[in-house]
Amino acid sequence: MGIRTLAAVAVGVALSLAVNGDAAAAKLVKYKIVDETSIPKSLTGKPGDAKKGRALAINRKKGNCLACHAMPIPEQPFHGNIGTDLSGAGGRYSEGELRLRLVDSKVVNPDTIMPAFYKNTGFHRVLKKFKGKTILSAQEVEDIIAYVKTLK
Amino acid sequence: MGKFHLGSLLAAGAILAVGFSTQANAEGKHGMYANGEIRSGYTYLTPQSKAIQNDDFQNPGMIWVDDGATLYEAVDGKAGKSCKACHGKAEVAMKGVATTYPKYDEDTKKIKNIEAQVNRCRTKHMQAKPWKYESGQLLAMTVFIRHQSRGMPMNVSVDGPAVPFFQKGEKFYKQRRGALDMACSNCHIDNAGKNARANLLSQGQTNGFPTYRLKWQKVGSTHRRFRGCNKQVRATPYKYASDEYMNLELYVAWRGRGLPVETPAVRN
Ligand code: HEC
Ligand code: HEC
Ligand code: HEC
Repeated sequence: MGIRTLAAVAVGVALSLAVNGDAAAAKLVKYKIVDETSIPKSLTGKPGDAKKGRALAINRKKGNCLACHAMPIPEQPFHGNIGTDLSGAGGRYSEGELRLRLVDSKVVNPDTIMPAFYKNTGFHRVLKKFKGKTILSAQEVEDIIAYVKTLK
Repeated sequence: MGKFHLGSLLAAGAILAVGFSTQANAEGKHGMYANGEIRSGYTYLTPQSKAIQNDDFQNPGMIWVDDGATLYEAVDGKAGKSCKACHGKAEVAMKGVATTYPKYDEDTKKIKNIEAQVNRCRTKHMQAKPWKYESGQLLAMTVFIRHQSRGMPMNVSVDGPAVPFFQKGEKFYKQRRGALDMACSNCHIDNAGKNARANLLSQGQTNGFPTYRLKWQKVGSTHRRFRGCNKQVRATPYKYASDEYMNLELYVAWRGRGLPVETPAVRN
């Protein structure tokens, strides 16, 4: 319920373009959720860079996907098992589904532990230095999508 | 001192490898360190790390027990008293006390933990200055007092006047917070036993506190741990000794009902 409202707000807000798609920008790039399952259109219109996406998935301050997911990244010693193994995820999900998963996982599953990587409001007691910021910039979301799409 | 720190370095390696050994432990194999499904953080350690906690000569936390014992006998404050002057031998007077803390306090009509009671005695009964939260003295005394209950089951009261405080603690525990939008329960209930990268998630019990943490290279209080767990989800922590953390401490102690007091426990 609350989640749907938030998503609608995100769509509805009039948005000035974030400077360089910077994660520090207060306003988000406009996006549209279709059928509550997917965000078909790219957030930036620019193709993602899979190589950068892989590095972001490892980076503890950015995607940190490895905290919860096993991934085909053998040089990293510890992979979490809170979430599913993402090997093959590129074949299981469409690009739009992956985008919604990353932007705001709770639209798909309100109880999930997976953070919303492209959301900056509606949180409780955010530490000052993270206030108003998203975990990933719009382009970083696209980079990770490009990487996960290679996992077939 | 040097010897203890060597021991703790060894423990660091040992605890890191934890994820691979504990999964094999079937229920019921944890002996006194579990009460049915309720499991101490101890049960998630490697055998090597358990051995360090078990051996008082290797357990670095024992330094704080010794410091606390000295402080317990030291005269301080305008009243010219030591703790011992009023309470007598700690082995007798303080045995079992920690199992009932935190508890409702008639004077303040709030929840108090051991740290708060110690400072109450200092200000009210000794006319001494309260020790700063997380200071060496307050940690040592808290470790020392809780150590007198080592092996005894946690048994806090959550009924009667404690009810509203317990409910607030539970609400805190289940509320999502921070930019990562996670509740304590997301990690310590929903995902206990799973790995978050190198960290094996435990049930987040407090029966071993103040705990010697290798990361800290010293013992730390429950409230320090709460602050750390708040900050790692990018949430603003509360202050030491805040009402919020007292209530939370009560709820978490209740979650660990029946677990033995392990102070000073050794953790990663
Ligand atoms: C804090 C843990 C956590 C983090 C960090 C996390 N995820 Fe997840 N993720 C999960 C969980 C748990 C699920 C299982 C489904 C659910 O909870 O809704 C999941 C599901 C998924 C799914 C759906 C796949 C499936 O098989 O169900 C994808 C795709 C995904 N995550 C990608 C990512 C990517 C990419 C990142 C890093 C940018 C990431 N996740 C970070 C916990 C996490
Ligand atoms: C002048 C006497 C006096 C001194 C000195 C004193 N206390 Fe107390 N203590 C009390 C009284 C009286 C109580 C009962 C509760 C209250 O009034 O706060 C108490 C209660 C306690 C309790 C709680 C016991 C329980 O069963 O809940 C602890 C723990 C404690 N004191 C520790 C200490 C420590 C540690 C010191 C030294 C730093 C100390 N006390 C010094 C008088 C004293
Ligand atoms: C993102 C996951 C996460 C969240 C959310 C989280 N913690 Fe933790 N917590 C950990 C990790 C990792 C550890 C260290 C390994 C372990 O014991 O689980 C830990 C340890 C602890 C411990 C020490 C356990 C021991 O045996 O020494 C306590 C107590 C604790 N957490 C309480 C809390 C409380 C209370 C909250 C909510 C305010 C909370 N945690 C939220 C991840 C989390």
